[in-house]
This record gives sequence, structure tokens and C-alpha cells, in this order.
Amino acid sequence: MTALSASQSPTHWWQSRVVKRFLSHRLALLGLLMIGLLTLACVVGPYLLPYDSLFIDLRARFAAPFTGDHYLGTDPLGRDLAVRLLMAGRISLLVGFFAMVLSILVGMLVGVVGGYRGGWVNTVLMRTVDGFLSFPTIFLLLALAAALQPSPVMITVIIAVTSWMEVARIVEAEVRSLKEREFVLAGRMLGLSGAHIMFREILPNVMGPIIVAATLTVARAILLEAYISFLGFGIQPPLPSWGNMLNGAQQYLDSAPWLAIIPGVAITIAVSSFNFIGDGLRDAFDVRNDSF
Amino acid sequence: MTAKIQTVDKPDVALSVRGLTVKLPKGMERAHAVENISFDLHRGQILCVIGESGSGKSVTANTIMGILPKAIDITGGSIQLEGREIVGMGPEALRSLRGRVVSMIFQDPLSALNPLMTVGAQIDEAMQAHGVGTSTSRRERGIELLTEVGLPDPELMYHQYPFRLSGGQRQRVMIAMALALEPTILIADEPTTALDVTTQAQILELIREIQRRKGMSVLFITHDFGVVAEIADEVVVMEKGHVVEQGSASAVLTEPTHPYTQRLIAAVPHLTGVDRVALQTENTDPILKVEGLVKTYHSGSRIFGTHRVVPAVRNVSLELAPGQTLGVVGESGSGKSSLGRLLVKLMDADGGKILFDGTDIAPLHEAKFRPLRQKVQMIFQDPFASLNPRMTIGRILTVGPVAHGMAVAKARDEARALLDHVGLDSRAFDRYPHEFSGGQRQRIGIARALMFKPKLLIADEAVSALDVSIQAQILQLLDRIQRETGVSMIFITHDLRVASQICDRIAVMQKGQVVEQGPPSQIFLDPQSAYTRELVAAIPGEQPASSGPVAVDF
Repeated sequence: MTALSASQSPTHWWQSRVVKRFLSHRLALLGLLMIGLLTLACVVGPYLLPYDSLFIDLRARFAAPFTGDHYLGTDPLGRDLAVRLLMAGRISLLVGFFAMVLSILVGMLVGVVGGYRGGWVNTVLMRTVDGFLSFPTIFLLLALAAALQPSPVMITVIIAVTSWMEVARIVEAEVRSLKEREFVLAGRMLGLSGAHIMFREILPNVMGPIIVAATLTVARAILLEAYISFLGFGIQPPLPSWGNMLNGAQQYLDSAPWLAIIPGVAITIAVSSFNFIGDGLRDAFDVRNDSF
Repeated sequence: MTAKIQTVDKPDVALSVRGLTVKLPKGMERAHAVENISFDLHRGQILCVIGESGSGKSVTANTIMGILPKAIDITGGSIQLEGREIVGMGPEALRSLRGRVVSMIFQDPLSALNPLMTVGAQIDEAMQAHGVGTSTSRRERGIELLTEVGLPDPELMYHQYPFRLSGGQRQRVMIAMALALEPTILIADEPTTALDVTTQAQILELIREIQRRKGMSVLFITHDFGVVAEIADEVVVMEKGHVVEQGSASAVLTEPTHPYTQRLIAAVPHLTGVDRVALQTENTDPILKVEGLVKTYHSGSRIFGTHRVVPAVRNVSLELAPGQTLGVVGESGSGKSSLGRLLVKLMDADGGKILFDGTDIAPLHEAKFRPLRQKVQMIFQDPFASLNPRMTIGRILTVGPVAHGMAVAKARDEARALLDHVGLDSRAFDRYPHEFSGGQRQRIGIARALMFKPKLLIADEAVSALDVSIQAQILQLLDRIQRETGVSMIFITHDLRVASQICDRIAVMQKGQVVEQGPPSQIFLDPQSAYTRELVAAIPGEQPASSGPVAVDF
């Protein structure tokens, strides 16, 4: 008798709504654009520039930017700064990205299982989170980096180890409230397994906060990598990273300030761009204020 | 503050709305929340505005109170409160009218009260905001008001926080607050919808009594024709932002002229007191037999001495014959929903037996019970929360059978067929839940429960969140499905009128126990327990003793 009548909205209106809200966030768009450009430059740039990042040109040491053949000048060994900056960008962005992926995976797993299972499982997992959070992050980072062989992979793992807890907490809180919803009960009524309910019914509903946390985690990871590399425990020369470029630049701050300024600007752009994107996504996903 | 002389108004009109049009923001399903509506509230009368969800009745009330959200604008018409035009009035002037001339009580007394302030402080605040009285006189007045709305021990109540009060008591506090400044007009927006039927009857009685005593004019918003019959002098019927009919309560209720009103009134479930013609099945062994079922909730911590024990289900025994429907009725906190969840094993029982088709499923572990899950399915209460918002209807329907090993293609075909069967277009398959109305979603919920061809369906307040006209359709659908498939049903509801429509037998629950069981004719016409009698008597708009000729048979 009642056939389904009109649906006033396109199939994915919540999606398009999210996209629309994100697009109306100017800073987030700027951030997205900057990250896009930065990534593109790091991927393609080194092939277009005429120098190798390890090529030493002792006659052109300390060349200032925009003088001679080197666009951004050279470092104390006469290596081209532009190509080193882009190669360092590859490392720093990759470390940031994969540290994020790792911490999201771990945080998500811990959060979903802890939130859904509740009881002693939740207690054990969440107290572990508390335990990790109670270590001073930087100290832990430095201790681990000093104890272990600092390769890019190891640095990535170390950063992930110190930054998954936040994600775990966010996800756990969301899952705990979602699991009381009737659609989760319906899943149990249908006889779906616990894993199915956790990862295929509940998880898609937590993706919003997770994506926001992910962008903010990338920013944090890039900063952490720069931090430990600057202190000399991170990515080891001759492999360039934005952090160890700063490390090498500190003794020439007076004579060749561009050595510090250029990687510094790159870090600032990358980190603030990711933060802008994160802010934009957070606003875009915040459907709770929206009539649903 | 001299009122202008109004030529259009008769002096006995307390509130007059003329040609009121309120615009909705762009992108909503219609352009106007209400369009060109007019009605008068006469002094000392109760005017009921009735309509289904989305009819614009609450927007009307909020417009009169001047508390519309910013995105919604009044685009035309006039509202006169005691002869004063309030459309276009400044916020300060409006504020001084609110509380003193017109006051409002809301649907949900819990969220309308500030949880961090005592009852007394909130009443005091209402008076203080208008600069009335001294702190001592306000306190006296507060206690006086609490006495007036029939709260026990008003002195003590004055210092209580809202969370310590029951729903009915909170609504009484709200009424006391609304009365604090002796307004001449009271607007009540669904004030009894969130309450149990016996509490609802008390609150309606209270509003009626206060209105008579004080000679107030009351604008009463409701969706329930039972409530209208109980309380209204005049009725305004609204549909999609328009007034379709108005007149005296007796005229509208007995001789509705507009087809929409006729349809609404026809859809109102009435106590039938006539037993349903039971479905005949060859096998009459009970499909479900519950014996001495017990569930107790524990909360707090034993160590910290905050341990609380709440018995939810106490020694419940039931029997359900195949192809029949057993209604479980009771007020909130009676344990009826806990019982439902125990039967589907969404919770484990603490004691007792649940014999399903001869097997005791109560002690079974999840893994052992999983194959049987397909035979026992549930329809949930909230059509908005019970469907995963991130999944298409197709996924929602097929995920269960596929997890139990059905081929995907077969599951899809069956899902499409079922969608058609429950009255939905099979194109719904690829859509998301938010694209459907409450009634349509409930049909999807029913289709999901039917995917396994279950032997037992448990409907937990399955129609409580729906408008009456939709409610009637869903009840018809459930009835049709039962007659076609022979499925047995347990129908959990707080609404006795609904239960009387669809059930072969009814069990009345109170405080975790079944106090009475029997066919509808017994429950409604010849109730054996005092509690059942109280419940039946509290149903709004019904006089069960004299209703229907069947009463003579008993």
C-alpha cells in the first residue's frame, strides 16, 4: 500500500555534506593545496634538478640562495640545498605518514576491542594506554632512538609507539557509546560474530574521528622526527631529513642562516598544513550539530 | 503597558493567531513550517493542537513563545497575546511577557530541568528573573507551588535535584515553574508523551484542575486523540503546516469533516476487548515456554559500598502457542524490555528456563546458540538507531544470512522480494537508512527480522516511535505477516490500546513480575489484578467499562 515514495536527497548526501563543509573551510583547502604541492615536489623534483643530493662540490660551499647554479644555495660541503631539501622531504613525509598509519592501526585495534568488549579486556587495554601516556614522550623517544639502530624504519616505529594512545582513547570512547545503539544489538541478534560487529558494523561509524586524528598525527609525527633528528638521534647523515638538516645548520646560523631557514620553513609548512586539514575535517565531520 | 483596543478580537480571546506563516531554511522538505494558520484560544479553555510529526504544531508553540531557532523566520501574520501584538516585538519586551503572560511546559521534563540546580532554585530563578518578591517570599511561594502541583513533602522536594525525581514528578515541577508567575496562558508541548499511562492520566488531571481553578487558558499540543478526548474544549487539526480543521472537541471527534482528520481518528487504536481470531496451526505445542525466568542488574562497586541490586525480571513464566501473539505490557521499569532481550539472548538470564521449541536456550553459550538465532528474531524500538547509518539497506538485510552461509546472490534476491513484501519499493535496496521515514525504516527492520524465516518474532515497542497512522499500517503488516507465515510473536508495548489490536493473549508486567495473563477480553473488560485495573482506567480517551457491546458477555 505504501510504496516507497520520493527520497529528497542524493544517495550520499551525508558525504557530499561533509565534502561541502570541508570545501568551505579556506585554511583546510590551503593546507590540502600545500601538502599536494609539497608531495609533488618531493616526488618529482629531485629528477628535475641537475644535482644529486650526495654530490659534493667543494668549490661551491656556502653558496647563498639564488646565486649561481644552485637555486637554494649549498651546504657546508657544497651539496645542492634544493635537491637535499626535497630528498629530505621524502624521508620526513614518509616517516610521518607511516608512523601515522601504524599508530592509527594499533590505536584503532585497541580502541575498538577495548570499547566493544568492555569489562576486564577494556581495563587491561586502557590502563596500558594510560601507562604509555605516563611516559614523557620525548624522553622515551630519545631513549629508544639511542638504544636501537636509528634507521628510517626504526624511527617510524618509535614515533608510532609514542603516538597511538590518543587514537585508542578517541576510538574507545566512540565505540563505547555506539555499542549501545540498537543496530549493534541487531547485529548480535542476527548472529554476527564479535569481530564482524566490531570491524564492519561499528568501525565505519568511527571513521570520521579517526580520519581527523590521522591528519593531526601526521603533523605530530613529522615534528617528532624533526625533533629527534635535530638532536642527532634520528635519521643519520648522509641521508637527509628536515630535522638533521637543521642539526647541521646550527653552527652556521650567523654566516649561512638559509641553511636553517629553508628546512625550517619546509617543516612549518608541512606541519601547519596538516593541522589545517585536520581542523577542517573535524568541522566537516561534526554532524552532531547538524540536523540528521 | 496599555493594550491597544483591538476591533477584531472578542474580549474573551486570550491568544489569537491570524494568518501566521513561518518559513523554513532552504533545503528542508518544504518551504514553510506553518503557512497561513489562524486560530483563537478562548479565555479559560483548553485548545488542543493535534497533528502528526512534521505537522508544524511545535513550531507554532515555539513561535508564540518567541523561542524559534535563528534559522527560522516569521514571514507573515500576527499573534496577539492578551491583545498585544507580539510579531515584530523586541526581545526584551518579549522576555517580559514570557513567564508572566504566557508560560510553557515541555515534552521531556528531564532535559527541560537543569540537572545541577535544586528544584527550589529553579522555581526561584523563574521569579527572580522577573524581579518578583524577596528571597523569603519567593521561597514560600515555591513551596506553595510545589504543594499545588501535588508533589509529596514539598519542603523536602524544594531541596531535591531533578535526578532524584520520577518522570511524573519532574513534569509536576515543570508545571510548578510555569505557574510561578501566574501566567494567563499556558502552552503545553506534548507534556505527557514521555510519561507512563498512569502518570499521564495524573498529569492530565492536574492540568485540567489547575486550569479550572485559575481560569487559565491552555494551548495543548499533542499527537494523541485519546488525550484530546480527555482534555480538550476546542481542537485544531494540523497537517503539513496547514490547519485543516478546527472546532469544538466533541464536534471534531465525533463528526470530523476533513478527510485527514477522519483518517487520523480512524487510525487511533482503540481498546477492542474482542479477542482476536487465533491462527489455527496443526501443531499446538507451545513454541516458547518460559519458566521462572530471573534477571538481576548489579551496578556500582562492592568495594566502594555503592553496590546496587535491581531486580529486572522476577520469576516470570509465560507460554506462547505457534502462530499466536503474546502481548507483554507494562510501564517503564516493569522489566518488559529486559524480558525481550533475555528471550533473544542479547542478555543472559540469572535463572529459569527458556524452552524454545522444546530446547532450553537459557544456559546455552553464544556459540551453541548461534544456529538457533535464525529462528528467534527481534524488531527494535527506535527505527533511527536500529539501522546502521553507514550501510545500504541491501547490506543491512543480507549481512545476517550471508554470515550464516547463504550465497550472496540468493540473499540479495530474497532481500528484494522481502522489501516488496513489507511494502517498500525494491529500489530501496541500494539506498541508505537516512533516506527513509520512520515508518519505512521500521518496515526495513521487519524485513531484516524476516530474512531468516524465523519461528519467533520479538517486537520491542516496535510501533511506539511512530505516528498513529503509520502505527496502524505497521500493525496491519505484522498481522498479515503472521497470517501468511505462521510466525509466533511476542509484542512488547507500553500502550494497551496497541496491544489490544494485535494480541491473542496479554501478560501485564509490574516491577519485574507478571501480575496478570489472559486474553484481551479479560484484561480490558474484566481485569483481575488491581494494577491492571489501574492501567486500563488510565488509558486516555477510553471508558473501558462501557465500551463495546462485548462487555455484556461477561
